[in-house]
Amino acid sequence: MKTIYILWLRELLRYKRSRVQIIASLGQPTLYLFALGFGLGPVFLKAGNGSYLQFIAPGIIAMTILFSSVFAGIGLLWDRQFGFLKETLIAPVPRLEIMIGKTLGSVTVAIIQGLLVLVVCLIAGFRPANWAVIPVALFFMVMVALVFGALGTAIGSTLQDMQGFQLVMNFLVLPLFFLSGALFPLNNLPKILDAITRVNPLTYGVDGLRAAFLGSSHFSALTDAVALAAVAFVLLWVGSYSFSKIQI
Amino acid sequence: MIHVANLTKKFGENLAVNDVSFHVQKGEIFAFLGPNGAGKTTTIKMLTTLLTPTGGQIQVNGFDPLRQQMQVRKQIGIVFQDPSLDGELTAFENLDLHGVLYHVPRKQRRERMEMVLKLFDLWERRNELVKKFSGGMKRRLEIARGLLHAPLILFLDEPTLGLDPQSRNQLWKQVKHLNESEGVTVFLTTHYMDEAERVAQRIAVIDHGKIVALGSPAELKTRTNTDSLEEAFLALTGSTIRDESATSVDQMRQFGKMWRR
Repeated sequence: MKTIYILWLRELLRYKRSRVQIIASLGQPTLYLFALGFGLGPVFLKAGNGSYLQFIAPGIIAMTILFSSVFAGIGLLWDRQFGFLKETLIAPVPRLEIMIGKTLGSVTVAIIQGLLVLVVCLIAGFRPANWAVIPVALFFMVMVALVFGALGTAIGSTLQDMQGFQLVMNFLVLPLFFLSGALFPLNNLPKILDAITRVNPLTYGVDGLRAAFLGSSHFSALTDAVALAAVAFVLLWVGSYSFSKIQI
Repeated sequence: MIHVANLTKKFGENLAVNDVSFHVQKGEIFAFLGPNGAGKTTTIKMLTTLLTPTGGQIQVNGFDPLRQQMQVRKQIGIVFQDPSLDGELTAFENLDLHGVLYHVPRKQRRERMEMVLKLFDLWERRNELVKKFSGGMKRRLEIARGLLHAPLILFLDEPTLGLDPQSRNQLWKQVKHLNESEGVTVFLTTHYMDEAERVAQRIAVIDHGKIVALGSPAELKTRTNTDSLEEAFLALTGSTIRDESATSVDQMRQFGKMWRR
């Protein structure tokens, strides 16, 4: 437990000290929120879908958690590059504990980022339908962070250098976001897009957050929770397997 | 303390370590010298459980690094060739993290941290972020960290790379002091022959994955009929620059040596 705790704490200390990272990571969600939320708002309203800001805010929160958790997981690459990974892998502790500590750190950082963006959303005018369901929203935030933190760890364990980072960003993280229903409703989608959104785990995260914050969702909250839990289980297994195979 | 028999490591078709055998006595300072790409770091990685050998046997204080990884890791401290500190943490936090990973109890951890930080003249800077440290301070902190859990064997893989003469001098003084006062067995690699001659009791010279000579500095000089360890080293390994793995810095260093001659 001490190993898990100290590695979790390390992630938090690093986050706390990286003010530039905190500000930079808030920039993109804020831009999406204001540019799309206010820019497309009138069109969305005219189409009879209600407030676009209300619709998009859970998607932006999910996006923040997605980016933050995947990148924190990929932080392994930095640890490898700057040598710190060797220090942990040579220690007389099971690799699983190292992986759990690091992933929990990533999850915590991602949730803090998500909460900060929630505050930005509230400032912009977003209002949850019911404040009492905030713990449910928090549950979905944790699940999204777990799924993508584990995915980031699996990727970070596999990548050997920084070259692959842009590849992950362009061909995995951005498609995950754009094809999740974060920016558009899931009703009446073309069949191919509908199929893609259904296999994208972020879809269930965004939908779960909408269920919690707004009381309306495409799937049921239970379906979202079960889908996320199943993917989290698989990805945590893949992440720990990949981590156990790291060679320095 | 360390027994190595017929150790071999292959990377694909490349034989990085080829049938290497040697032993290191308890309390000994043992230097492992060789040109770039000779197999030094690969050997250290196998001794410290980071790489699986292709063949041969290793015993580290009676434990097999292949089957008893955790026991071996508890016995050893290691200072890597490349930096491995977290620059975003303070010196104190880096040591604390290391102490937890090596199961050093909290009270003992605090005492040891103070002791090693004072030993390496870093106590006053303990609360500063490591990224603000000079190269010499980082190296000293890495060695302090390697000693925090009171290992029986300390592996130093080119610990003085990039340090100025003052820092190198201070570092070896402290290593010698630790060896004498705490009986720590030291296994080191270095490119600086004067350092090896000054601190090591025995030296193994490895080239192309094979040990080409093993003995005290005096024995190596006698055997090669040379006046200095550097001349003995060049007599044993040749003076050709190893382009296949040498960095530009290594090559500059080699040119410098040849030019001085």
